[in-house]
Amino acid sequence: MSERCGKWGWRVWGILAILGAIGVFQRFAFGHQLAAYGSLVPWGLWVAAYIYFVGLSAGAFLLSSLVYVFKVKALESIGRLALVTAVITLFMALVSIWFDIGHMERFWYVFLRPNFRSMMAWMIWMYTAYFLLLLVELRLAFQPGSLKRDRLLSLLGSVGVPLAIAFHGGVGALFAVVGARPYWHTGLFPILFLSGALTSGGALLLAVVALRWPEKDESHGRLVRLLSKITLGLLLFDLLLEWAEVSVPLWGGTAYHTEGLKLMLFGPFWWVFWIFHLFLGSLVPIWLLVRFPTDTQKAGWAGALIAVLFMSVRLNIVIPGLAVPILPGLDQAVLNPRLTASYVPSLHEWLVLAFVVALGLGMFGASRKFLNLYEKTAEAPR
Amino acid sequence: MPTETETPVKGAATLEEVVNRQLGRRAFLKLTGLGVFTAAAGSLPAVLEAATPKLRTQRRYGMVIDLKRCVNCKACTIACKLENKTPPGVVYNPVIEEEIGEYPYVQRRWFPKPCFHCDKPPCTGVCPVTATYKRKEDGIVIVDYDKCIGCRYCITACPYGARFFDFGENYPAHTTAYGQVPSPEFQGEYGLRREGKSPVGNVRKCTFCLHLQDAQGRYTRPPACSETCMAKAIHFGDFASESNGGCITHEGCNLKRLLVEHRWIRLKEELGTEPSVYYTL
Ligand code: SF4
Ligand code: SF4
Repeated sequence: MSERCGKWGWRVWGILAILGAIGVFQRFAFGHQLAAYGSLVPWGLWVAAYIYFVGLSAGAFLLSSLVYVFKVKALESIGRLALVTAVITLFMALVSIWFDIGHMERFWYVFLRPNFRSMMAWMIWMYTAYFLLLLVELRLAFQPGSLKRDRLLSLLGSVGVPLAIAFHGGVGALFAVVGARPYWHTGLFPILFLSGALTSGGALLLAVVALRWPEKDESHGRLVRLLSKITLGLLLFDLLLEWAEVSVPLWGGTAYHTEGLKLMLFGPFWWVFWIFHLFLGSLVPIWLLVRFPTDTQKAGWAGALIAVLFMSVRLNIVIPGLAVPILPGLDQAVLNPRLTASYVPSLHEWLVLAFVVALGLGMFGASRKFLNLYEKTAEAPR
Repeated sequence: MPTETETPVKGAATLEEVVNRQLGRRAFLKLTGLGVFTAAAGSLPAVLEAATPKLRTQRRYGMVIDLKRCVNCKACTIACKLENKTPPGVVYNPVIEEEIGEYPYVQRRWFPKPCFHCDKPPCTGVCPVTATYKRKEDGIVIVDYDKCIGCRYCITACPYGARFFDFGENYPAHTTAYGQVPSPEFQGEYGLRREGKSPVGNVRKCTFCLHLQDAQGRYTRPPACSETCMAKAIHFGDFASESNGGCITHEGCNLKRLLVEHRWIRLKEELGTEPSVYYTL
């Protein structure tokens, strides 16, 4: 069974990698010309993918801190897995956003001549610090146990927690500070990003632990049940925040504040919210987790649904915020596909995303093979 | 009618006040010392001219667009495209139209919309690499194509849709002689369009035809949109400095005076961006 699974896994990965390679080739050969975003909706699938992966990373990292900082014994065995997931998803995020910028060769300008008035500059500096910290922490987590190393891990984790909160809150603030876009411009936005990160990161770990764990014994069952509870709680909290974010402007009812929301809820892509996010990405997993609390397989599927479909939340953050014409009539002033308010990702954009996913899966497969992912970090001899 | 001796700063009563505000107290003391010393040589304004190039070059360019005159011919849009040789999808000065109401009470309204070169521009602060900024000397908001990484954050931050990403697309005429004529934008610094080279991959916007300024920052010709407007709807001029609202496009006209004589609006005033482009109704 698992062999067949593995074979299929390889095939799917191979297809993704080939498609991805085509997308990357196109990106280098034609620049941005094959992308579907324009000047009215200037950000699209890649930016959504970026905040999605970065959220997975921050979420996984914050959960790893339960092990290394807060010493939650019951979760000890997922410490390494969480750290590796955080590194890989952060890498995927950076690759996604790198493809998105107009001059890829100038990415380092943000270090050379940063503008600290810009939330984007802050975010980049913070995730660079976070990336370095993650790498060091990862290296330590795979070293034989010693008291010194444990202390260092705990120290790094303690620095990392506020850093991860600040930087992912910063990603939310990057959107929230844009006063021109009422859909983003709320104080709750950075917090929503954090709760989304924890929910999606937790769900991803749940899926991997429940479905891909090598030994499915009693302790595994206990671990999955604990992760299920954590994920369920986080998801419910996230939905609560989302309710606040959506219901307040709708209740107020001023068009300026509701246009974007109405686009998300009842626009041409209503199904992204109602079917992908709310039904398949929230209600079904909640039902699975509540109805079958001891079934690890179903818990795994619930986790996978939440984690994968969280991409719909990220798309719904980026696009409806931009797709409302900033001045009425602007989208019809000039007949040009780059100057319309509608945006649907092009095939090319999906291909590049396939590359990023193949890259991440490849890194994950390699780390499974070469690192003892599922062993708890060795303890210091007492 | 404003004259040369009128004070260039709003609300300033005397020349001393003006200088104080623009140069700071210390500089003024120095300057008056200089003035006494050279009293025999000429009048104070002459001394000022010699000693304070900064005062003379503090300009604030802006526009007053008379909506009663605009006939929606879109010549400004085209003139701008020709002047700056902007590619498809990059339109520095579109005319925005809206149709309102139902037959028989249908109404159209329209207005040309360049970048407003806001006094408090929300688009510049967001740039992670300070590639876009408001020029101190004349208030024009520009993008430095050599520094811009093309993240497009500034596009999201402009409340007026005045910024455009250059996707590297070209008109069919690009393969003809048209493609061999360099764009004069930024004094022709970026010359001919080459694949993947700036301004391709950058964010672009109206520069108030900056390339038409001489070395002293004076316009040798008005920006293309205002020059071409046959209805004389677009008045371009300097709200500060010695001209104090003098219109560069139409002789004998003054922007400040137009504002005093008409009702005017600026778009989304509530955001506090303080656009330098006014619409008179
Ligand atoms: S109109 Fe937009 S691009 Fe121009 S200065 Fe104002 S905010 Fe910036
Ligand atoms: S697109 Fe260019 S000018 Fe605009 S914010 Fe990004 S780097 Fe700055």
